[in-house]
Amino acid sequence: MRPLNSVIAACPPSGIRRFFDIAAEMDDVISLGVGEPDFVTPWRIREAGIYALEHGYTTYTSNAGLPRLRELICADLATRYGASYDPTDQCLITTGVSEGLDLVLRVLLNPGDEVIVPEPCYVAYEPCVAFAGGTPVRVPTRAEDGFAIDAAVVAAAVTPRTKAILIGSPANPTGAVQPPDALAALVRLAQEHDLYLISDEIYDRLTYAGVHTCLGTLPGARERTVLLGGFSKAHAMTGWRVGWICAPAAVAELCVRVHQYTMLCAPHVSQLAAVEALSAPGDDVDAMVADYDRRRRVFVKGLREIGLDCPEPRGAFYAFPSIRPSGLDSETFAERLLHAESVAVVPGGVFGPSGEGHIRCSYATALPQLEEALVRMDRFLRAL
Amino acid sequence: MRRILELLERDAQLSHDTIATMTGIPVEQVSAAIADWQASGVIRRYKAVIDWDAVEDDPTAETVTAFIDVSLVPARGVGFDDVAQRIARFPEVRSVYLVSGSQDLRCTVEGRSIRAVSDFVSQKLSTIDRVRATATHFVLKTYKRDGDAFTTPEADHRLPVTP
Repeated sequence: MRPLNSVIAACPPSGIRRFFDIAAEMDDVISLGVGEPDFVTPWRIREAGIYALEHGYTTYTSNAGLPRLRELICADLATRYGASYDPTDQCLITTGVSEGLDLVLRVLLNPGDEVIVPEPCYVAYEPCVAFAGGTPVRVPTRAEDGFAIDAAVVAAAVTPRTKAILIGSPANPTGAVQPPDALAALVRLAQEHDLYLISDEIYDRLTYAGVHTCLGTLPGARERTVLLGGFSKAHAMTGWRVGWICAPAAVAELCVRVHQYTMLCAPHVSQLAAVEALSAPGDDVDAMVADYDRRRRVFVKGLREIGLDCPEPRGAFYAFPSIRPSGLDSETFAERLLHAESVAVVPGGVFGPSGEGHIRCSYATALPQLEEALVRMDRFLRAL
Repeated sequence: MRRILELLERDAQLSHDTIATMTGIPVEQVSAAIADWQASGVIRRYKAVIDWDAVEDDPTAETVTAFIDVSLVPARGVGFDDVAQRIARFPEVRSVYLVSGSQDLRCTVEGRSIRAVSDFVSQKLSTIDRVRATATHFVLKTYKRDGDAFTTPEADHRLPVTP
């Protein structure tokens, strides 16, 4: 047979997958490896989805998505962050942020264009850049700096082929929230070299210390920034697959063009459920965020007490402790912890070289489970 | 400080240490505040939420609950307060509310049997001065009480490891 696509064939499978296969075979596993909320979607949103099904909203929507949903998203960004996006031509609904990221990269990149990706970062960033014909260029961040992005380090990686910088804040896997001055420095750098900024803000509502900075609202950022957001994390709607892109009209228009040929539209029922998510006051989001915050405090304190130094995760629902005292690399640590104590964590190395020496622990798990996981991890560390 | 009460209302078994960690309030202050609330009656007592329908034991130990709507003749000067307080003093009466609508009071009454509750209503409640009429609704099944849904929790359908 003739060879398959060389870029895709060269892309290694996600390092997370292997742990999923092992963990799925075991009983009594406490999984801290889950990258989604442990809440089910609030009932009023599910009920709206059921209503939509009952009343036959089972058709396509317009390519860009339901106008009402786009209006609500832009209004929400305006009230929450002071961002101004026009729902008619600067906003489109995607099938989750995953599709949004793919669309944006395809629209921005010409073959060989480079995208700077500060790591450790979400596992899909680099492959998506490569699939879109670009070249991902990693730049490191450090635990000592709370994984803040250093614009000088990014600047050193800029070449004539650099097209964009791709960041996620709050971040998977570190829980880091980029400080406003670090973001402002990135915006200046982008202006200087005429770069686009792709900002994955799916975890915006899950910010526990300080307030979220919407990149599109920083001075000079709007015309070169593509915002990616969605409903999965804040509204516990991962399986509904609804996200959005807000971008300058020229970028948004081409995103709709790719979307209309590859996806056509995001699921109609899910879009109507998302309308409900944004229609009522966000009490249920606030309650979920408060609950994550309580678990975050208990879990991070517990990690430190068993000797795993952990930079304070200020957003998302991940802790990213250092496992250096164990003397093990993150892959070995995770595998041995899983076999010895049936606790599943994700080795930090799968998120980039700067993640090595760390493990990602999701605290989107019931508190008694988190407490039991800490007991087991303590026993594991003592037995090393 | 209100956050401490909200946590205790959800789970009275949380240790003061855990509450301190969750709220960021020093544990000494948490303990002092709880002691104050207990002394002043803000915290009345601690109890468990029990789904009695799920308890499979002696059927004769069953509890019957009824909602009873009571119409009253108001009295000058006291309105409904004196009668409401008089009804509330019976240990069989678990709650009493003054409500809007065609009835005046809504009470919850518990008893060992339908007969016991019926006797209470006919002999004690309806014979109180200025009680004009009562309407009794026996509870057949409890689906939710005080914010606790008495149904099987939804299973966790998440995959054990996801990106």
